[in-house]
Amino acid sequence: MTATLDATPEVGAVPSFEVTLKVMRYLPSDDGSTPVPHWDEFRVQAHGTDRVLDALHKVKWEQDGSLTFRRSCAHGVCGSDAMRINGRNRLACKTLLKDLDPSKPITVEPIKGLPVVKDLVVDMEPFFASYREIMPFLVTTGTEPTKERRQSAEQRERFDDTTKCILCAACTSSCPVFWTDGQYFGPAAIVNAHRFIFDSRDEGGAQRLEILNDKEGVWRCRTTFNCTEACPRGIEITKAIQEVKRAMITRAF
Amino acid sequence: MSLVADPKAPRPPKAGPGRRTTRGNTELYGWVFMRASGVLLVVLIFGHLFVNLVAGEGVSQIDFGFVAGKWASPFWQVWDLLMLWLAMIHGTNGMRTIVNDYAEKDTTRLVLKGLLYFAFVLVVVLGTLVIFTFDPCPTGSPADLLPSFCTA
Repeated sequence: MTATLDATPEVGAVPSFEVTLKVMRYLPSDDGSTPVPHWDEFRVQAHGTDRVLDALHKVKWEQDGSLTFRRSCAHGVCGSDAMRINGRNRLACKTLLKDLDPSKPITVEPIKGLPVVKDLVVDMEPFFASYREIMPFLVTTGTEPTKERRQSAEQRERFDDTTKCILCAACTSSCPVFWTDGQYFGPAAIVNAHRFIFDSRDEGGAQRLEILNDKEGVWRCRTTFNCTEACPRGIEITKAIQEVKRAMITRAF
Repeated sequence: MSLVADPKAPRPPKAGPGRRTTRGNTELYGWVFMRASGVLLVVLIFGHLFVNLVAGEGVSQIDFGFVAGKWASPFWQVWDLLMLWLAMIHGTNGMRTIVNDYAEKDTTRLVLKGLLYFAFVLVVVLGTLVIFTFDPCPTGSPADLLPSFCTA
């Protein structure tokens, strides 16, 4: 923003405004009855520097302590607070309220396609099961070298983009193919496979390609780019998936 | 569909160690076929449209004699057969992926795919039969409706 004389009443002053949060509630009770998901509205006073996470904190700390959501670092690297804000998957800790048109209610829902445990907390196990399946660790053969495994800057650059993943599930839970039956490996698993497949030090590439050459693997990707748009780290996910597809085709022919 | 997101995932995660793997090159070949047949179909279909609608006397030339004349030549038999098979396999495979992507219940998926494969077999068998068993000179037909090479 460019500073203008008439728009700034006081140097360093942060504009404050009232904002309505429309949160999707899902509250399992002790008596075992099936809870009905419903919207709850909260009004909070927020500053121009506040994020959706700050507003959720205000609600939880000052209005309704039962509001449940995950957050750990609150600074965009732990990947705990991915949620559907105004219909788009984002990290609550990286989304400023002022960027969301605070004059209208801001909708907050859990990410789609994973079972909801409570309010905004979903069961991430199906997501991590796919992640574990692609073997997200270095696979080597032969004897351990006595020094580091050397790699040139170009070789490191080859998979640099996919090392940025924080496993927040924003991509996988934005994928319409994943929504249908939740059997698709999902963009996040493929991104993390890409990170090792194109690592010159790794020798498990063929195995990983074999795992993803599945009916529920890369071939279910329809290149809708939802994942690329949702990624809070700006990873070019669809491109990574296409690169894995290409590696499979050059291997098969 | 309700206005709000379904709190339950469409299907619970599979029990046991890991998912049932469905590995293999089937989907890979399917993916490559869609691209290769797509390119071929563009050539075949636009060639077909040009020969039928633009070349010669244009649309007005199409009658029984024109079609019969084309199918008397092995070149057009192969052309039309390729077009029929590629278009049907390409289209059916496309519909299959759409059904897989959108049908949430197993029974819906099964019924839709059953109908799809039935339609595929019906059209391919009938079409192939017509291309190969077509008689350009049926006996007892007026000569002015038949192609020029027919000798009554």
